[in-house]
Amino acid sequence: VEDDVQRPLTTSEIIRRPTAPIYRRLGDRLFQTLVVGIGVGVMLLALALAYVLLVEGAEPLGIFGFFGFLTGTTWDPVRNVYGVLPFVLGTLVTSVVALALSFLPALGVAIFSAEYAPRAVARVLDVVVDLLAAIPSVVVGIWGIFVLVPFMQNSVYLPVYFWALEHAPGLLPVLGPPAGYNLITATIVLSLMIVPYTTALARDAIRLVPTSQREAARALGATKWEVLRMAVLPYARGAIIAGAILSFGRALGETMAVAMLVGNSNTLPFTFFGPAATMPSVIVNEFREAVENLHLASLMALGFYLFLISLAVNLVAAWMQRKFAVGGRAI
Amino acid sequence: MAARAPTTPLPSQGRLVRGYSAVTEANLRRRYRRDQLMIALTMLATGVVVVPLVIIVTYVVANGLSALNLDFFTQDLGSPARALRGQATGLGHTIIGTLVVDTLALLIAVPIGVAAGIMLSEYPDHPLNPSLRVLNDTLNGMPAILKGLLAWSIIVKPMGTFSGISGAVALAFVMLPIVARATEGVLRIIPWSIREAGLALGLPRWRVVLNTVLPAARVGVVTGILIAFARAAGEAAPLLFTAFGNNFYSAGPLRYLLGPVDTLPARLYSLAISPYKEWHAMGWAAGIVLLALVVVAYVTARIATRQRHETQL
Repeated sequence: VEDDVQRPLTTSEIIRRPTAPIYRRLGDRLFQTLVVGIGVGVMLLALALAYVLLVEGAEPLGIFGFFGFLTGTTWDPVRNVYGVLPFVLGTLVTSVVALALSFLPALGVAIFSAEYAPRAVARVLDVVVDLLAAIPSVVVGIWGIFVLVPFMQNSVYLPVYFWALEHAPGLLPVLGPPAGYNLITATIVLSLMIVPYTTALARDAIRLVPTSQREAARALGATKWEVLRMAVLPYARGAIIAGAILSFGRALGETMAVAMLVGNSNTLPFTFFGPAATMPSVIVNEFREAVENLHLASLMALGFYLFLISLAVNLVAAWMQRKFAVGGRAI
Repeated sequence: MAARAPTTPLPSQGRLVRGYSAVTEANLRRRYRRDQLMIALTMLATGVVVVPLVIIVTYVVANGLSALNLDFFTQDLGSPARALRGQATGLGHTIIGTLVVDTLALLIAVPIGVAAGIMLSEYPDHPLNPSLRVLNDTLNGMPAILKGLLAWSIIVKPMGTFSGISGAVALAFVMLPIVARATEGVLRIIPWSIREAGLALGLPRWRVVLNTVLPAARVGVVTGILIAFARAAGEAAPLLFTAFGNNFYSAGPLRYLLGPVDTLPARLYSLAISPYKEWHAMGWAAGIVLLALVVVAYVTARIATRQRHETQL
């Protein structure tokens, strides 16, 4: 037994089976072909998304024109006239306001978690933020329908509406009917849903700021907030803004919660308290019931516009990340 | 504090800190107060963000708990009349459908996503890599509903029927770019010396990837898959016009793949917008199950990589 342990291994024991060149070359070539083939497949999939939406939506684009379809304000499946401006506006308004509402709180959480909180608290907070990101859209939607909408209606929409009825009748057309399902409710929920994305990306950006930057500011006698304002935030600025733009992209495509709360009206003008619609909410609400071919194709074309907007937003975010990346880090 | 602050400002010091003209005691006090204020503000923001989460989860659990009984897991839904008459009704068929669709989606997305990640990480010089990275990120950034439209167009339309397969493909489109990106990220952390060791032993490159690099990165890859799963499992939008929905148990396993099937998020949506109180309670209960599914996946992923700090969204 001792002999076995002491005896050095022979070459033939180390390399038990000399590998045949066929196994090496053919195997490597097959593997690389397979992997690259799948990679190309993923690329084709992304292109197919754009191509299929464009081809399926070609008919209304041909009839109403690329810009005519975009700027048309009538969406009427009965008369078979389609224009998507109301939904584009609805999507842009809800997303921009949701981002504006959520950006500072999100940045606050990111700063607290990355800079101020004790490590144990920060760790718990990170998990909580990630869980908030993981709550399914429909779950937020059902909460919105049965809790948020009645609450907002009773404590905000109706009081304001009745106040306007007495004191400022001129406001009524702007306010619209005080249904609980409207742009405001949808925007509140939307901002809740994108906070965790902005927070997580900003937090990671702040954590990646090198210690030397902070130490330099501290050495000048800066307080903790001044360190943040003078050294950390300027350094992480690009990544934080890119993260906010990515969250904006999320808001653009957010479907279920908005569809459940926005009220679904196809006609401009959208009012503060009246029903409205966004691009994804229209697709999800009407696609299953679309009977006319042109209606179906118009929803596809609407999807194509949504694709274009999301693409632009994502490319801007990617460009910002690359442009402002300091020290070659990747997010 | 007062002892540290010089009573007369040094001429150069005021210039160093932009916006602070002089380091006087009053000045210092003001700066410390601003520091305190900012701490308070960030804590306030944290409260504003965290409290809604607690509220939402509390409501879902409180409202759904009463409908979570044995029937909920064993019966199918049937027509609304069943719930109105108080007969046995549940979401057993929905849970089976969700498992079928999600599992199939994983089976499709994981091999493709991992392979794409391997291409990005193990063949870094491949000329197609920059385009793959951009297109993969593009795919990741696209709203899930568009992926549903794609799945509808390439599967539901030719097949002529809504099906579990089309739903799985739609969810796979959601998972795929996340898995690819996560795999690339994890494989890149594995030091090149490990690959060199394998190559020095005479292993061909594909064996090095499959037998040394992937096993070393196993935990990270699984984490990426779990996060992709958590993201996709909550998606309802792409399923509404692919898996469509179904009020009954399907007749035989094959019908779950080839016929319309129910999934939790899509069913939750239709229950929530239905006019029946009994169905609303079941919708809340479906919310509990869905939340549990997603949270378990997330927490497992989190525990698996407690040491790592990067966030994969």
